Amino acid sequence: MTTGGGIAATERVEIRSDQDVVRVRQLIRTLAVSVKLSLVDQTKLVTAASELARNTLVYGGGGTVDAGRVDNGRRNGIRIVFADQGPGIPDLDLALTDGYTTGGGLGLGLSGARRLVDEFDIETAVGQGTTISVIKWCR
Amino acid sequence: MERVPVLKIGGILLVSIQIDMEDQVALQLQEDLADRVVATGCHGVIIDISALDIVDSFVGRTLAAIASVSRVLDAETVVVGMRPAVAITLVELGLSLPGIRTALNVELGMEMLARERDFSFDDADEDDDADEAVVSAS
Repeated sequence: MTTGGGIAATERVEIRSDQDVVRVRQLIRTLAVSVKLSLVDQTKLVTAASELARNTLVYGGGGTVDAGRVDNGRRNGIRIVFADQGPGIPDLDLALTDGYTTGGGLGLGLSGARRLVDEFDIETAVGQGTTISVIKWCR
Repeated sequence: MERVPVLKIGGILLVSIQIDMEDQVALQLQEDLADRVVATGCHGVIIDISALDIVDSFVGRTLAAIASVSRVLDAETVVVGMRPAVAITLVELGLSLPGIRTALNVELGMEMLARERDFSFDDADEDDDADEAVVSAS
């Protein structure tokens, strides 16, 4: 998994409970400030991270979040990887549709989070889990 | 688990969310507010989110649920103090919070509720509720 050029040390949060989702938000906020993302971009990234971390918990049954700084030679950014060993997503196109949900939510988590970041990659296999990688670049 | 305090001021319940809420805390707030609306007979709820640096779909959905439940219990909800970056992000997320009334700050939210209540008093003379809720303070 190489995206862009240098990847600095990442920090990991284990996702086991609601509290861990809060810890992810705090970690991402700190990282976003450290690479000087604009306030709006900080807000978008932290919001996306909150959505995806909750998905990891609710749909994936828990997992991990790894986050760190990246640069592609021209710009700095933050990369976050959400990984779980849950049931996977059988129909990815459907899951990425606004308003589609199996969990009683609004169905905006996945599709909304994708709109809030610059790069969004998802790998999923039924019975094996889901890994989502996102990047937000500084303007 | 932390809990968000609910304050009663005249006929209005005021909530100022000052912490990064776990989902359970948000759900607890929803229950607490429904209980307090019924217990106090307040006709207005103001939720101040000026301290929140993000509102994700869970919190957004909880705010919408609070507004709906309050309405069923004869109370209007106004969400106040949303930061500009939060508004931009919410809309891009796809959540435009339909059914939620907003005002820029607590004072304007209180004025909004007071205006409406005055309006409905004029409108409905048959309303024989005990008039204990003094809404317009100014």
